Amino acid sequence: MESYLPIFIFLLVVMAFLVVVLVTARLLRHGGGRTLREPYECGNEPITLAHDYRFSIRYYLIAVLFVIFDVETIFLFPWAVMFDELALFGFIEMMIFLTILMVGYVYIWRRGALNWA
Amino acid sequence: MVEFFGETLYVYAVVPFLKIIAAIVVVLTIIAYTTFAERKILGFLQVRMGPNRVGPWGLLQPIADVVKLLGKEDVIPNRAVVWAYVLAPCLVVGPALLILSVIPFGPPSSAGPASSWFITDVNVGLLLVVAIASIGVYGLLLGGWASNNKFSMMGGLRAAAQMISYEVPQGFSLVVPLLMAGTLSLVGIVEAQLTQGRWFIFGFFPFGLLAFFIYFVSGVAESNRNPFDLPEAESELVAGFHTEYSGMRFALFFLGEYANMIVISAVAVTLFLGGWLRPFPNLEWLSFLDLGFLPPGLAGFLWFLIKLLVFLFVYIWFRGTFPRYRFDQLMDLGWKWLIPAALLAVVATSIWKVALL
Repeated sequence: MESYLPIFIFLLVVMAFLVVVLVTARLLRHGGGRTLREPYECGNEPITLAHDYRFSIRYYLIAVLFVIFDVETIFLFPWAVMFDELALFGFIEMMIFLTILMVGYVYIWRRGALNWA
Repeated sequence: MVEFFGETLYVYAVVPFLKIIAAIVVVLTIIAYTTFAERKILGFLQVRMGPNRVGPWGLLQPIADVVKLLGKEDVIPNRAVVWAYVLAPCLVVGPALLILSVIPFGPPSSAGPASSWFITDVNVGLLLVVAIASIGVYGLLLGGWASNNKFSMMGGLRAAAQMISYEVPQGFSLVVPLLMAGTLSLVGIVEAQLTQGRWFIFGFFPFGLLAFFIYFVSGVAESNRNPFDLPEAESELVAGFHTEYSGMRFALFFLGEYANMIVISAVAVTLFLGGWLRPFPNLEWLSFLDLGFLPPGLAGFLWFLIKLLVFLFVYIWFRGTFPRYRFDQLMDLGWKWLIPAALLAVVATSIWKVALL
């Protein structure tokens, strides 16, 4: 367990570093004028806010697909580490698992979830 | 108790603290001079001089840049969500630097962990790297959203979609060196390459090479570098997610991008290119490359550094060579090419390993 202690110390050092950098910048700064504080839109004053708009559903779809596939990846990690102990049994199990995964992958591809047209 | 607060505290807190300070200083210096090298190399690639005014050959340029950025106006837009706006750059830099805690820069020492060339070695090292690296996406998404600017919003959305898309093939490609090494500890993975006498990029040829290729392409996309710099595509989105950022907060985003490049290169070096090992660690007649006249461990560190710098050069070379992808092409490459290729590499390697059992 002691070997995790340096990671925690590193986290504290990084946080201290960020605070020092931002506070230094705060002390040395000089503030912007009124128009500079408007959202940038190539010189025009913005009429609407960015938060008023909806965005493409594709981004949401990609996020859902990512969750599915990333869980598969994490499932592969322990299998790869214990490959020699699990041997043929683990190999066959994993091939069955990956086949199921592939069926789903082909399905979402065929349904056009991966197209950005 | 006395034992814990004496020896253990020294080995696991005091010494690592000094190493952490050293690692951060070294990495920040490398980052500063990578930005300089980038401008210089891009200059030469485009037949011009690059920065050459500040100091001899422009060598003091990074210092001038930092001074300039510190003196810049510190703008928080009127309509920004302030807490998220301030937090976002920290969420990009913090995780990128934190990964350095498990990267083995050099060999372990027989005298114990205090004199080894890495900060710590945990037995879930690679998993930790993957876990921490995926926090970075929050920084970009939050920064883009909190600015309340349409360009930033688009940039943030693109950054999130791109980074999570490429995390999948990257994760799959990491399984190949895991299959070869049989351990998640990064020090253990390099030692396995020493025992097996070859870098994992040459293992199970050509599947080690394929996995390395997928890892590095995904890595370039993860760090939002050319040709995958869609989130900050200046020709369409002004500056993408950091349009509204100025001064030191912008510098932190910049720092995060370069720290990510270094981390991805360092993991690639560790997993595929033998970490601190010399080329062809199995060939006895090449042992002069171990540079035995240097203090123990220093030669390994130098080998690691050389490989890392080659990667950073390749990043810059990419930027000078490839035009930017279109967003649908980017998604196609990730989902329709790299994922099947990475799965092929994993399945082929495991079939090969079963055949060897």
